Amino acid sequence: MEQVLRQTWAFLFRDLHLTRRYMSWVIVFTFYAIVNTATIALIGVALGDRRLTLMLILGALLWNFLSVLFSEIANSITYERWEGTLEYTFMAPVSRLTHLAGVSMFVVFYSVVRTAIIIAALMLFIDLDLSRANVGGILVVLAVSSVAFIGLGLMAAVLPVFSPERGAEATNIFQGILLLVSGVYYPIEVLPRWLQPLSYISPATYALSACRKLMGIGQGAAEPVQTAGAPLSEVTHELLVLALMGAVMIPLGLYVFALVEGWAKRTGKLKRTG
Amino acid sequence: MSNTGIQVSHLQKFFRKRKGFLRSRSTEVHALKDISFEVAEGETYGLLGPNGSGKSTLIRVLATLLVPDAGEVRLLGHRIPGEEQAVRRKIGRVSVDAAFYKKLSARENLLYSALLYGMDAKSAERRAMEILEELGLEQEKFTDPLEEMSRGMQQKVAITRALLINPPLLLLDEPTTGLDPKSKRDVQTFLERLRSEHGTTILLTSHDMAETERLCARIGFIAQGSLIAEGTADELKRQSNAASLDDAFIALAGVALDENGKSANGNGASEKK
Repeated sequence: MEQVLRQTWAFLFRDLHLTRRYMSWVIVFTFYAIVNTATIALIGVALGDRRLTLMLILGALLWNFLSVLFSEIANSITYERWEGTLEYTFMAPVSRLTHLAGVSMFVVFYSVVRTAIIIAALMLFIDLDLSRANVGGILVVLAVSSVAFIGLGLMAAVLPVFSPERGAEATNIFQGILLLVSGVYYPIEVLPRWLQPLSYISPATYALSACRKLMGIGQGAAEPVQTAGAPLSEVTHELLVLALMGAVMIPLGLYVFALVEGWAKRTGKLKRTG
Repeated sequence: MSNTGIQVSHLQKFFRKRKGFLRSRSTEVHALKDISFEVAEGETYGLLGPNGSGKSTLIRVLATLLVPDAGEVRLLGHRIPGEEQAVRRKIGRVSVDAAFYKKLSARENLLYSALLYGMDAKSAERRAMEILEELGLEQEKFTDPLEEMSRGMQQKVAITRALLINPPLLLLDEPTTGLDPKSKRDVQTFLERLRSEHGTTILLTSHDMAETERLCARIGFIAQGSLIAEGTADELKRQSNAASLDDAFIALAGVALDENGKSANGNGASEKK
């Protein structure tokens, strides 16, 4: 057990120090995320629409959190291939579960800190009144949806094993599709009919739906603005779907990862230039 | 032979390469052709061969990074394929390119590696300092980012990484390529001491005849994926009536060590279409 804890800590230790060494880039990306969130939120302010403003802020914050979670896990193998350290990680006596758990833990920590900074900075632009929101409930939804997104990230993380560049490109396209179909800034009903089925398999759709209810802003303009956020019991359906997605996607992600790792070891694709 | 450190039996490895998109053509490269050899526990065994001869592929199979297509490997009694996790606990590997997180310091890279093997950070740090000192790296360099170090210094950190876990078996893939003469000597002296004091089994691949002759009790010649001869340096020279190991290699392999895996008659015989 002690050995597993040390091995998990190895990935946290590495990623903490890498973040520290690349701090200027972390600041740049966070600055961009703050500006991006603020400009999106100010659209609602300009229209004088409180519900729209809250919906846009929620969408931007949730997307910031979940997309960082997804992309950092998905790119964890890309980074190792760029550095040339992938073979050394794969020949260490570490189970893939411990490896990916360590990577995911740091990413969750990083995403939470980054989102908290964005929220704090947003207060400088907008009078953000969250007193009526069910903040505790939102945190529960975020925790449950994180598991599903980690599973998605694990599946995407294998793409760079096939090809470092193509893998990173495919990850970005996949992330873009998630952004489009999940109704981050709009209700999914406004999507073309042929695209809507995709929104039902994105965990972000359910996370957004639940958070909107918990914020008291409902799903669209047709619904009246609530005076208070809904209790957690009103988002049971979304929580169950998210939990189910997580329960399927994490083992599926690990399984896909193991399959591709085996394939890479048969074909010699672990090499830096492979 | 005493207890066996490495036992390689009829090892085969193929790679398939695909070229083209619409009319794709597949080429098969026979990277390892029925390789068999044994290394006793505590012995240093050298593999000499030109670029593309299969040395690194063989090391990767032994390091559990490649799955063989046929044959079997036993490392300190553990079988590959089958007991990879047990093997990983017992091997250290140094490759020709010192693969590190270049922005991280030597300390951070080494501690990360030690933690991956479940070591306690404090004792790992102490041991890392001892090894680096023996290899002749100044202590102040310990906290410098790897990207600010010379190739020789980086390679010393790479060797330290492999030795941190006290592995009974070391796989060294051209560990001194590109090092200056002083660094080369430091590393060679250290490896000699490691074998004599700790009884570490070492498999060393190299292009460097003098280094191989100095460090290795026995040497195998590898060319185009085949092990074509093995023995002590003197046996190999006698076998080919050659004055030097270099000449012995040319006589037995039909190829010079600085050529890229092509035989003297110009055939790249390992590729099938």
